[in-house]
Amino acid sequence: MKVITANRLADGRVVYRCKNGGWTETLTKAEQFTDDAGADAALAEAAFDHLTVVGPYLIDVEEQKPSGQKIVRERIRETGPSAGSLHTGLVEV
Amino acid sequence: MYRYDDIDATLVRERTAQFREQVGARLSGELTEDQFKPLRLQNGVYLQLHAYMLRVAIPYGVLSAAQLRKLAHVARTYDKGYGHFTTRQNIQYNWPSLVDVPDILDELAEVDMHAIQTSGNCIRNTTTDPFAGAAADEVVDPRPWCELIRQWSTFHPEFSFLPRKFKIAVTGSPADRAAIGVHDIGLQLVRNGEGEVGFAVFAGGGQGRTPMVAPEISSFVAQRDLLAYLTAILRVYNLAGRRDNLYKARIKILVNDLGADEFTGQVEGEFARLKGGALTLPQEEIDRVKAFFTDPPADDRPAVLHPSAAFSRWRLWNVKPHKVPGRAIVVISLKPYGGTAGDASAEQMDVVADLAEQFSLGEVRVTKEQNLVLPHVAEADLAELYAALEAAGLATANAGLASDIVCCPGLDYCNLANARSIPISQAISRAIEESGLEEAAGELTIKISGCINACGHHHVANIGLLGVDKKGEEFYQLTLGGIADGEAAIGKIVGKGLDPDHAVRAVITVIRAYLDARTEDESFVQTLSRIGFEPFKEAIYA
Ligand code: SF4
Repeated sequence: MKVITANRLADGRVVYRCKNGGWTETLTKAEQFTDDAGADAALAEAAFDHLTVVGPYLIDVEEQKPSGQKIVRERIRETGPSAGSLHTGLVEV
Repeated sequence: MYRYDDIDATLVRERTAQFREQVGARLSGELTEDQFKPLRLQNGVYLQLHAYMLRVAIPYGVLSAAQLRKLAHVARTYDKGYGHFTTRQNIQYNWPSLVDVPDILDELAEVDMHAIQTSGNCIRNTTTDPFAGAAADEVVDPRPWCELIRQWSTFHPEFSFLPRKFKIAVTGSPADRAAIGVHDIGLQLVRNGEGEVGFAVFAGGGQGRTPMVAPEISSFVAQRDLLAYLTAILRVYNLAGRRDNLYKARIKILVNDLGADEFTGQVEGEFARLKGGALTLPQEEIDRVKAFFTDPPADDRPAVLHPSAAFSRWRLWNVKPHKVPGRAIVVISLKPYGGTAGDASAEQMDVVADLAEQFSLGEVRVTKEQNLVLPHVAEADLAELYAALEAAGLATANAGLASDIVCCPGLDYCNLANARSIPISQAISRAIEESGLEEAAGELTIKISGCINACGHHHVANIGLLGVDKKGEEFYQLTLGGIADGEAAIGKIVGKGLDPDHAVRAVITVIRAYLDARTEDESFVQTLSRIGFEPFKEAIYA
C-alpha cells in the first residue's frame, strides 16, 4: 500500500493526502493506494497543491503504519521525535 | 562585547523586511517552492522532518544576557519551549512555523541578532575559542578578529555564491579550543620573532564525507593583511573549486587535488596583487574594534568553598583557569545524564541569563561541545553560582568527560539523516554514568553524527559514532583516535557497523580497555597509538 505525504507549507508539519484531495495530520485518515498507477496519478495531482504543501512523495504503508526501506524515518515523521527532548516526549519507534 | 552600529542595524532590519515580503510571496503563490527555497535558506530556514528549523547565528559564540533572554523568549513564544545549541556555536529552533519566522527575525533584530549566512554557499558564522578573552593560556584575544571577519564577510558580494559553504575558525591560544585544523580556514594568533602579532594560516581542513586536516599555508600573516590574505584564499577557491560535484566542492578537495604547495603558490600570487591595497586594515580600525573587548577587572575577594563533594567534582571538571586574578571560567554542561545534548529549555536560558548578569559581567558563551560558558566568574562567587545552577538542573559535573557527548539532531529531526543520534547518545550517557568509570578515564571525547555530513564531529572524536542505514535498520560505525583541537587527527574505523545495543556496549568496552592498558597520565589517543587498534577491536567484537 502507498500513501502520499508532504510537509504543510505554513508550518512544516507532516501531512498525508486524503481521498477528497485535502490533507490530514493523521495517517489512518489518508487515502491508501494498492496500485502504482493510481498512486502516481494522485501524486501528480498533489503537485498542484503547492500553496498548501511542500514536496509531496509516496511512502509504503502496511497495516496503517509506515513500512519498507524508510520505515524508521517515516515512523518518526508520523509520531514525532523518538527521544528528541524532554519537551517533545518519548515515542517508541 | 561588540555593539551594532547603524550600518549593522540597518542591514539586519532591511533583510528582515525583505524576508517578510518573500514569505508573503511564497504563501500567495507569487514565488514557487523552487524559487523560495534558496531565499529561505539564506535566512536560516530549513525544512526538516516534522517542521521548519530556524538556525540563528551567535557570532563567534558570544551572547549577552539580554540576547540569551531573547532566545528564551523565542523558544517560549514561537517554539516548544526549548532551543538546541549546535556544534557551530549557533542555536536552532526545531518547531517554528514559516508564517512566524519574520516576526521571530524582528524580535531577534531588537537584540542585534539574525539568521543571515547560517546556510547557503557563503562564509558562515566564524567560530572561536569559547574561553576567548578569558583563558589563562591565551596569547591574543581572538574576538576582535572574529568581529572584523564578520563585518568583512557579511553580504560579501564576491563570496555569496561559493562552490560550497565556507567556515573559518580562529584561536588565540596554543591549546586551540576551536578545532582550527578541520575548518576551511583555520587562523592561529601567534607572535613572530620580533614579537609582532599575526596569524598562522591553515587551509583545506574539513569533516564530512572526506575528512582532512588542514595544512599550514602561511606561518605568519601580519594583522593589517588579514583580510587581503583571506580574500586571496577565497578568490583561488571561488575560481578553481569544483562546482560540478556537490561532494567535491569544498576547499579541502581543491587543496588536496592541487597539493598544498601549488595551492599556497596561487594564494600567494593573488595576495601579492592585493597586499597594500584597499583591504589593508588601518590600525585605527583594529584598535576601534579591539576597544569593544576589554578584560574584566581582577577580583580580590577570597574564594569561598562549598563543603560538598558534588561541588568539588564540579569545581574540578567545569571550572577553568582565567587570565585575570580572582576570576574563573565556568562551563555549564548541557549534558545531563540521559539528556539531549545541547538542548536548553526557555527557563534554563533565562536562569543562565540571570546568572550571567549576577556573576559574569552579563556575558555568556556557546561552545562547539554544545555547552554554555560563563566566562568571567569571580572565584569568590563560585559556591553561590553552583547552588543556583544545581537548583536549575544545570550543574552536571562532566565538562570534557566521556558523558559530555557531542551529538547532532540525527534522524529524530534532520532530513538528511541515515540514523538517529540522540537516543544512542542518551543510552551511552546513561551507561557511562552506571559504569562509574568516567572520572577515572578523565578527559575523553565521544561524538555522534547521524550521517556522513558529520555535524556531530564524529571524525575528530576519541570515540566517534556514525549512524548508517542498512536496509531500513540503524547501525553505528565506530571510529577511534580522532582529535578535534590542537594536533587534529581523523579517527579510524574499527570494523563493521554495530547494532544500537552493541554500539552502546562497545563504547563502555573501549573505555574499560583504555583504563586497563593506559600507563599513568596517558591520554586515550596516546594509549591507542602505543598499543594499536587490535586490543580494542578484539574487545569490541569478542
Ligand atoms: S550529521 Fe547528518 S544527520 Fe546529523 S545533523 Fe548533520 S546532516 Fe543531519
